[in-house]
Amino acid sequence: MTQTAERAQRYVGGGVPRKEDPALVTGQAKFIDDISFPGMLWVGVVRSPLAHARVKSVDATRAEQVPGVVAVYSGADLADDWAGGLPCAWPLANRSFPAEPTTADPRLPDHWPVVKDKARFAGDPVAVVVADSRAHAKDGVEAVDVDYEPLDPVLDIEAALADGAPLVHEEFGDNEGYTWGLENGEVERVFSEAPIVVKERYYHPRLIPNAIEPRGVVVTTEPAKGDVTLYSATQIPHIMRTTLSLTLGMPEQKLRVIAPTVGGGFGSKLNVYAEEAICVAVARRHDAPVKWVEERSENYVATIHGRGVIQDMEIAATEEGKTLGFRVKLYADMGAYYQLVAPGIPLLGAWLYHGVYDAEAYSFQATGVFTNRTPIDAYRGAGRPEATYAVERAMDALARRVGKDAAEIRRMNFLPPFAEARPIPSGLQFDSGNYEPTFDKALKLFGYDDMRREQQARRASGDKKQIGIGISTYIEMCGLAPSQVLGALKYGAGGWDAATVRCHPTGKVTVITGTSPHGQGHVTSWSQIAADALGVAFEDVEVLHGDTSISTYGMDTYGSRSVAVGGVALHFATEKIIAKAKKIAAHELEVAEDDLEWSDGKLQVRGAPDRAKTIPEIAFTAWTAHGLPDGVEPGLEATFVFDPPNFTFPAGAHLCAVEVDTETGATEITKYVAVDDCGTVINPTIVEGQVHGGIAQGIAEAMFEEAEYDDNGNLTTSHMGYYRIPSAAEIPSFTTDRTVTPSSTNPLGVKGVGEAGTIAAPPAVVGAVLDALEPLGVTDIAMPATPERVWRAIQDAKGGRP
Amino acid sequence: MRRISVTVNGVGRDAMVEPRQLLVYFLREQLALTGTKVGCDTSSCGACTVLVDGSAVKSCTMLAVQADGREVTTIEGLSSDGELHPMARAFHENHALQCGFCTPGMIMAAVGLLERNPDMSEEDIRLGLEGNLCRCTGYHNIVKAIASAARASKAGVGAGGGE
Repeated sequence: MTQTAERAQRYVGGGVPRKEDPALVTGQAKFIDDISFPGMLWVGVVRSPLAHARVKSVDATRAEQVPGVVAVYSGADLADDWAGGLPCAWPLANRSFPAEPTTADPRLPDHWPVVKDKARFAGDPVAVVVADSRAHAKDGVEAVDVDYEPLDPVLDIEAALADGAPLVHEEFGDNEGYTWGLENGEVERVFSEAPIVVKERYYHPRLIPNAIEPRGVVVTTEPAKGDVTLYSATQIPHIMRTTLSLTLGMPEQKLRVIAPTVGGGFGSKLNVYAEEAICVAVARRHDAPVKWVEERSENYVATIHGRGVIQDMEIAATEEGKTLGFRVKLYADMGAYYQLVAPGIPLLGAWLYHGVYDAEAYSFQATGVFTNRTPIDAYRGAGRPEATYAVERAMDALARRVGKDAAEIRRMNFLPPFAEARPIPSGLQFDSGNYEPTFDKALKLFGYDDMRREQQARRASGDKKQIGIGISTYIEMCGLAPSQVLGALKYGAGGWDAATVRCHPTGKVTVITGTSPHGQGHVTSWSQIAADALGVAFEDVEVLHGDTSISTYGMDTYGSRSVAVGGVALHFATEKIIAKAKKIAAHELEVAEDDLEWSDGKLQVRGAPDRAKTIPEIAFTAWTAHGLPDGVEPGLEATFVFDPPNFTFPAGAHLCAVEVDTETGATEITKYVAVDDCGTVINPTIVEGQVHGGIAQGIAEAMFEEAEYDDNGNLTTSHMGYYRIPSAAEIPSFTTDRTVTPSSTNPLGVKGVGEAGTIAAPPAVVGAVLDALEPLGVTDIAMPATPERVWRAIQDAKGGRP
Repeated sequence: MRRISVTVNGVGRDAMVEPRQLLVYFLREQLALTGTKVGCDTSSCGACTVLVDGSAVKSCTMLAVQADGREVTTIEGLSSDGELHPMARAFHENHALQCGFCTPGMIMAAVGLLERNPDMSEEDIRLGLEGNLCRCTGYHNIVKAIASAARASKAGVGAGGGE
């Protein structure tokens, strides 16, 4: 299947410094707000200040008098600009429980770029202002008078599901979007017969993704040709082009989408938003370039939030703590509309609620709920942080219940090692796994036994500063995704990706990828893969991405999919290049193809290494085409579209030590060790960076961040001054290491790493805080475990005692 | 409109600005120096950090008219002649950036920090960066890069990295 083993690995596996950096560290890289055109108009969006309100009228009289304002449009004015609503690619229908084929139609609410009748969250667009500058657009927005009829909002999950709750979408009769379940094994029997059943409820806070670059859109048009070019700070130029052409009713081939340098996404730019549709509509109406750039406080209401989940988690076990069954029922806040993939997010964790542990029975059920808050969608990890948190917290609860150490309860329940795909208790197939060596490495780096001794000493001496140890032996599901599986799950697209390799006559190479990086370093990693595969220099490879006019088609970047799908597509494209090159080289060298071998970065005649052809030499021959073998096309270029046969399942062990001041509730992470197994590593430096950033975001979720609302549905953490993104002063240094269990899903053996830290960290951190307070009897603190919440938990546990 | 004279990256610039114009938009939109970024509207993120008379300043907290008669250095003025500034090089060599959006502000803040205190401990660096947010790196490699640039600067080799 592969020649990888035979190929010289000069670059793959090395921490090659990134090609992306020089433009970024000198300020030369062009992000969305750095792109402007002469005569450009600015768009400003008027947003509902009320969480739930009927829009009675939009009065533009004052706004039209503001200097520089060119036009004002209400939702009614723009109604004919849309051929359809904003897209949701994953509208789930109810699926009865236990799993049966569904016959019901999914509930898919209308989602217009500018509301026509009713605003459903504070931030919902109600009008658009067009002006000649950024400042004038803002002045105009403030002068639009909208008459609202306030309606009662429904804000949280439980209230939304209660009888008589205000309805976010009246046409459905209640606020339940869907309920979807799966089951494997004899769940009822296992849970009723098991001697031990632990059951706990966990809350995942609503989070604001906070890519440091806000979103933005620039549109240019060529009216005579009907061409529209849309620049967007997006993770998904390809998906956007297809879906937006449907929303706008414009021919897809006339819409070009470009993702310029994009300043982080974390899922928040994995969407097709109102402003993209609005800017195209305005540009077409005015035949002028148009720009909209989000302000941060606008981002906090207008860009998707993440998480917002309640989970009831159960584990059935023997008296010794051997796990027999895992069962979860979860309720996921969808916010006011379905964004691009929101309903499907719980499904990304649906098979992972037994973690890396064995069991004979499994049950998962998710309910999506509409509320009058900013729509929720995929935020780094998406579904898998929720699963990992529930499993790892419940394993800690099980350890306490049966009186075992938290490390021991995990070790005794690990799935045994496997190098090829094997069925798992939830019914999917894991690609490969070997969890114990990873865990052992982490325990050793952490100094687990010494840390436990230190903990005992502090407990014995009654130190006011107690320490706790948290463990997360997580699993995740990456490499999204096998298209057939997506089809079975009612997702609206495939999960494959494409790569083109073009060998230039001068010996240089261009790679065109369907992935769309926004910080992940694909240009560097893809150069490493291509350079090794083709026997050329790293510097001689250019990687193009993020422009629908240059790539075949791609499925973009999210879900830790890029290397495991797009990187593998590149690998297979280089195999096609080598196969064609072999025909040409055999012809040139006057030998049979079978007499050639790829060795030392060249095609050599077996036993005669001085008779050889390099890829650059063959590229020139293929380009001149003066004497190609019969039936061989000129040129040396290949495209491969890779549809993965399975997901990949990276895993790892994270350990965290937290010191808790039992008098004040103050917490400090004193040690954090992460040993991750993401399969084969292309660039260890980049992998470590992904892990660092992921852990920081996981710590942020565990200890700092939450989107808070008042009773009227106003976001009270309304800007960066209120929402607590940790700085360097709050985040510790990390100790990271790896084990390598190659994936059986693809020939590179890669699994993906982009979300690992964010998935692994929250239960390790919260587990450590709870472990520190175990002698006091504290068994739960909701995330984020702020000092105030920790202090209150201590006071509650003490029951008024000093 | 008010007339101002500012030296930006060593070049004298005379310009007419609106009194409400922030320094960051003067740099970005009037001088087309788009290397300086805007990441928030509350002076929280630090992406707009530049040097004003050698000190790190968030250019969103300053009006353009306040820069009249002063010297401003942006990320574009830091490296020259194809040679990366030692701090920029330290960021590159230590993988202290991913998406790169916070990076110009982060580098300018780091240059300002090092200017004030050439003997920084890890804690000094972390506290000193409190006003600059990064969402990609978890700060680990940023701290490492600045420490390495500080060591190199102390050793007088004027280079970052090289561990």
